Amino acid sequence: MTEDVLNNKTPINDLTIGGNIYTAGNAKEFKTGDWRSITPVFHSDLCKQCGLCFPVCPDDAIPVGKDGCRGDFNYDACKGCGVCAKVCPFKAIEMK
Amino acid sequence: MAYNHKDVAANRPSRLTSGHRMCAGCGAPAVARMVLKAVKPEDHAVIACATGCMEVSTFIYPYTAWTDSFVHTAFENAGATLSGVEAAYKSMKRQGKLPEDNHTKFIAFGGDGGTYDIGLQSLSGAMERGHDMVYVCYDNGAYMNTGIQRSSATPRFADTTTSPAGSVIPGKMQSRKDLAKVMVGHHLPYVAQTLALGNFKDLYEKAEKAIYTEGACFLNVMAPCPRGWGYNTEDLMEINKLAVETCYWPLYEVVDGVYHITYKPTNKQPIENFLKPQKRFKHMFKPGNEWMIEEFQKEVDARWQELLDLEAMTNKAE
Repeated sequence: MTEDVLNNKTPINDLTIGGNIYTAGNAKEFKTGDWRSITPVFHSDLCKQCGLCFPVCPDDAIPVGKDGCRGDFNYDACKGCGVCAKVCPFKAIEMK
Repeated sequence: MAYNHKDVAANRPSRLTSGHRMCAGCGAPAVARMVLKAVKPEDHAVIACATGCMEVSTFIYPYTAWTDSFVHTAFENAGATLSGVEAAYKSMKRQGKLPEDNHTKFIAFGGDGGTYDIGLQSLSGAMERGHDMVYVCYDNGAYMNTGIQRSSATPRFADTTTSPAGSVIPGKMQSRKDLAKVMVGHHLPYVAQTLALGNFKDLYEKAEKAIYTEGACFLNVMAPCPRGWGYNTEDLMEINKLAVETCYWPLYEVVDGVYHITYKPTNKQPIENFLKPQKRFKHMFKPGNEWMIEEFQKEVDARWQELLDLEAMTNKAE
């Protein structure tokens, strides 16, 4: 969405005044998944939903449902740091 | 309310979204996100960032990773900017220009460069004037954004680009500043030192107290930097744990001048365990440099003892 309106070809007169950004949290549209050199793989059968991996992700790439259970990774955001795999006590996250 | 980490993960909105450009495995975004989760979902926040990694990588035009209002500030004035915003908010509320039921929280984030060094005078001023705001310093122990230059938060003997360890100097030659205690000297209602540990209980609870305590509050949070510290990226939480277990980074809070140490390790580990995984301390393990580790340990012990004494002293006076 943001890219369609503002990108590096936008003429200077069409940029927002003062460089203001009017859409809160639109960085979500910016995909950082291509930074990744190793990929976490989620083994849901080994996961006990202990919740230790939810907060450690610097990129908010672990979606948590309203029931407090996690789903598979958001690979558009994951930068592949491996912090989640290291904190998992049940080896439910494997770095490949 | 007792902390339920699953409930917080499920029902508190993430106020720092994905798509920011902090490094993979950086310690700071997880800290900022959890601090902001402590803001009640119905409340709004105004955030100011002192120049640093957090500012330049979360707000790259035309994207913002913050779902709340955000003010860019220069290196030295996050405290001053946010105190101005808070004063304007109070004034507008008094004039009836904002609805009575509007609750806005004011939170500043600064790295150690923008807090310990360059932003110290504006922070001190904002705290002294008693604005209803929280200043969160995420301390990664050097100017990481510009290429790992030493700051006054850098521990002694750390190898940085402006204090290179070699035959002339043994890394940084001075001890680190104890900023939380400087802030305690401002007689604030709430000052705490914390980091991301386990399920983030300590961090969340302290953030909640700081945000919902009226007046100026200060949080000092350690946030490891895999680039500057030279440890394996995935070991982030392990480094945090070792910092607490060796008493390098004690967890404590000071409520109206009364110290409470929130975690006392049962077996205090030797400081080598914390230093060993980090490349910035690699030279300390070379033969002939054992004195550096001894000196480091002595300093950690002395500061830990000082904290224990302060706790005993301030609680007795109650």
